[in-house]
This record gives sequence, structure tokens and C-alpha cells, in this order.
Amino acid sequence: MSITEIDRSYAALRKDRPAEPADALVRLTPATARGRQVPRWLRRGIGPVALVLVWHLASITGVLPAEVLAGPATVLSSAAKLIQTGELQEAVVVSMQRAMSGLLIGGTIGVALAILSGLTRLGEDLVDAPMQMLRTVPNVALIPLLIIWFGIGEAPKIALIALATAFPLYLNVYAGIRGVDQSLIEAGRTLGLGRAGLVRHVILPGALPNALVGLRYSLGIAWLALVFGEQINATAGVGYLMANAREFFQTDVIVVCLVVYALLGLAVDLVVRSLERIFLSWRPNFTGA
Amino acid sequence: MATQLHRSLKTPAAVAVRGLSRAFGPRRVIDNLDLAIRPGEFVALLGASGCGKSTLLRILGDLDPEFEGEVVVPSRRAIAFQAPRLMPWKRVWHNVVLGLPGRPDRKRAERALDEVGIGHRADVWPKVLSGGEAQRAALARALVREPDLLLLDEPFAALDALTRIKAQALVAELWQRHGCAILLVTHDVEEAILLADRVLVMKEGVIAHHEPIALDRPRDVADPEFARIRGALLDWLGVAHGAAH
Repeated sequence: MSITEIDRSYAALRKDRPAEPADALVRLTPATARGRQVPRWLRRGIGPVALVLVWHLASITGVLPAEVLAGPATVLSSAAKLIQTGELQEAVVVSMQRAMSGLLIGGTIGVALAILSGLTRLGEDLVDAPMQMLRTVPNVALIPLLIIWFGIGEAPKIALIALATAFPLYLNVYAGIRGVDQSLIEAGRTLGLGRAGLVRHVILPGALPNALVGLRYSLGIAWLALVFGEQINATAGVGYLMANAREFFQTDVIVVCLVVYALLGLAVDLVVRSLERIFLSWRPNFTGA
Repeated sequence: MATQLHRSLKTPAAVAVRGLSRAFGPRRVIDNLDLAIRPGEFVALLGASGCGKSTLLRILGDLDPEFEGEVVVPSRRAIAFQAPRLMPWKRVWHNVVLGLPGRPDRKRAERALDEVGIGHRADVWPKVLSGGEAQRAALARALVREPDLLLLDEPFAALDALTRIKAQALVAELWQRHGCAILLVTHDVEEAILLADRVLVMKEGVIAHHEPIALDRPRDVADPEFARIRGALLDWLGVAHGAAH
């Protein structure tokens, strides 16, 4: 379309509108004066509430049989029952312990290897290539090997979580160390910082944002690995509760376990967020505080 | 006058460079360059972009060891770059004393920050500083080391015009008080004449021209002698200019 054509069509558009003098004044209303709308959180809450309502209606009308999926009311009452007997709390504690010890072991290994290969050429040559190779193996595929090595007790479950969590931390901490602004390292050198000083005051703090991203990934994967790990002949924990429920077609208990997994994931995400609030308040794009 | 005072200090040269060369591949950016700076002398280095002036400064700051020739500089040096290069994860006062031996000395940092006029910003993160404040913090960080040689790599280039005038006056004042030799790399001819005892023009890898500035301080841009020197320097830089002479 040429400029004159645009002009012409625009003029045609204007013609349809009621005549308005070119110099007419318009009053602009400030946002505060524009009548109150439904608050955002309330609008965002409508979707989930509607979903639960549909679920509830479907199960009381019998459209959704309890063998397929128990209704929200049944789920709530069986959750209450599990809490009353203490089964749920016990299971959560056992599962938490598994996830955390796996993360502790895997995270320590991942961070240590990342520092080694991030800071030294030799470390990079020895560590990085095998790590990049191994990370392409799906962790879950290692379960048969882990069972052969560690039996069917706690060890293979924790080993699986450790393996799964080591890689995200390794990759992110390594990238963080290598990504530290070269000009800041140079500035640090002109200030008289030696190698140890540069590592402590420039490189590690510079890698911290990436490290926390890695931690977040690791925590997410820790739950995933936990779910898989607890399928290995568990005798306690949320996975055990779930496996039992499956035997007896207790879909309500299964849903309770799913909700628990989701809440645990949410809780650790909250922990990482607060860590970020504490340690990353210096970041220019940080808006949490 | 302060200038005289600095010049009369009887110590060996602050910078002695003989036969310095630096090549990037086949291109010799610095080619058999000689340079001497007296203790306490304020030298400005002018030159077109890519003429090698920043390379020279980096060599003097021991940031670029890939040179040939003889370079003698004081062991106590400090650099302020075009970007402030503050560590974003350290509070401003921590940045100022970073790298000094011993425990971080807050009092010392506060004195240095007071000197550049931002003592009230000691506890904030660098991200909340304005461009001018960040550059002042970088200056405080350089001066707290009590250098014998201060290297300034276009430290005002990124500042707005008004902030730049204030920062230039601050550097002049700090120089008079500390008495360190300063090498200021810039491509602002007026800035060079305003601040320096001597203006060097770098061209084709060597110092092509020395222009001693004998004007009284503080200097006035409207001074006819100022205009004459500016015209002469612009000629050396190969820039056409108005009827300055």
C-alpha cells in the first residue's frame, strides 16, 4: 500500500466517525479514578475453583466413578484420616529425608566437580567431558543397575536422587563460573587480588545466581527421582503409601499423595526463593525485596 | 602553585617507557614508543579511536604482558576504567577497600567515599548508584590505595555533560591533594587541556606530539590561549575545526 493510499483510506475511516473538530480537547482520567475492578488474585482464583467444582459435580452425579478418580470430598476426608492416624506425616518425613540426603550428596558432588572444572584447565579437561557425556543418560534408566549395586533398601533410592541432582548443579555452577564478567576479574586483579582472592571475591559470588538456578532445577528433579525411587520396593514414604493404595484401588489416597508431592515441590521452591532474596538482593534485575 | 609543587618532587620518573611495541597479529598498534612521566605530573593522552592509547594504558597497568620493550612503573598503581567495574555483589564501601591487605577497614572506606562526596552511599549496593556516583566510587577505590600512578581510561566518557564537568573538577581537586602522577586517556580535547600539565597526541603507534599546558589553574575554556592550544591539538589529531586561530 502506498502512502497516498493509506492517507486516503484513513480519510475514509475518519469520514465515518461523527465530526470532531481537529482541535477538540479530551479529558484524560487517572487510573485511580477509573472505578474499581475485580482484584487480580480473585480473577485468577476463579479457574482452579471452577475446576474443583466440575470435578465435585462429576463425582456426586456418578459421571466420574470413584474407581477412576475419587471426588474432592472423599479425597479431603481420607487426607484427614491419614493425618489423624499419623500415616501421612510419617510418610512425608521419610520421603523428605530421602530427597534431602540425596540432594545433599548429589549437590556436594556436583558443586565440587563444577568448581574443579570451572577454575582449572586440568579439571576441565578431566571432568567436563565425562560429565557432559553422562548427563545425556536418563537417570531413571539407571534404576536396574542401582538395584544390582545397592539392593532394594534405602541406598538405591538415595543414589538415584543423588545422581539426578548432581548434574543440574554441576552444569549451572560450571556455566556460572565460566560466565563471570571478564572485566570484573580484570578489575579485581588491578586491585591486587591474588588467585584465591579472585575466586573468593569475584568468581564465586559471580557464579552464585547460576548456582541458585541449578539448585532450583536440582530440587525439581529430586522430587521426580524420589517418585521413581519410591517405586523400588518401598516400605515407607509417600511412594509406599501410593503403591499400597494402588493395590486396593484407593484413588482417593493416590490423589492425596499426588497433592502431597505437589505441596512438597512448592515448599522447596519457596525455600529457594527466600535464598535468592537473601543472597541475590544485589542483582540489578532483582525485584523481590 | 600546585603544579609546581608536584614537579619539584625529587624522585625518579613515575613512568619510564623505552622502545615499547605491541602487535596484534601483523598490526603493530604501538611501535617503538618512548614515554616519560614525572612523579606528580598530570598527563593526558589524546588520540583517535583505535590508535593504541588504551593498549598503552593497559600495558602500564600490567593488564597486558604481551609487549616488547622496557616499561618501568611504580609498584603502587591504580586504574579507573570507563565503566566503574564495581563488584555488584559487594556493598559500596566493601568495593572501595577490596583487595587491600588485612580486614576490610570500614573507616578507611568511608574516608575515601567522603573525599569523593558520596560518603552517604557507603552501605548501598552498586546497582542503586547513578552513573556519576558509581564513577566516584571507582575513583575512591583507586585513590584509597594511595597510588603513585593513577591510570584513568576515559573515566568520564559515559557520563552526561553536567556530571562530567563535576567529575573533572573532582579529579583536578583529588590530584592536587594526593599528588600522584596521572595518565588520563581521553578523546576529549578540552578535557585534556583543562586538566593536564602536558597533553600527548598518539598517532601511528608513537607519541607524535607533546603539548605542555602552562595555563593557570583553574583553567577557562574562554581563554584565547586555551583556544589556540585546542586548535593546535585538533590539527595534530587531523580534525578540521572552526576559526580558533
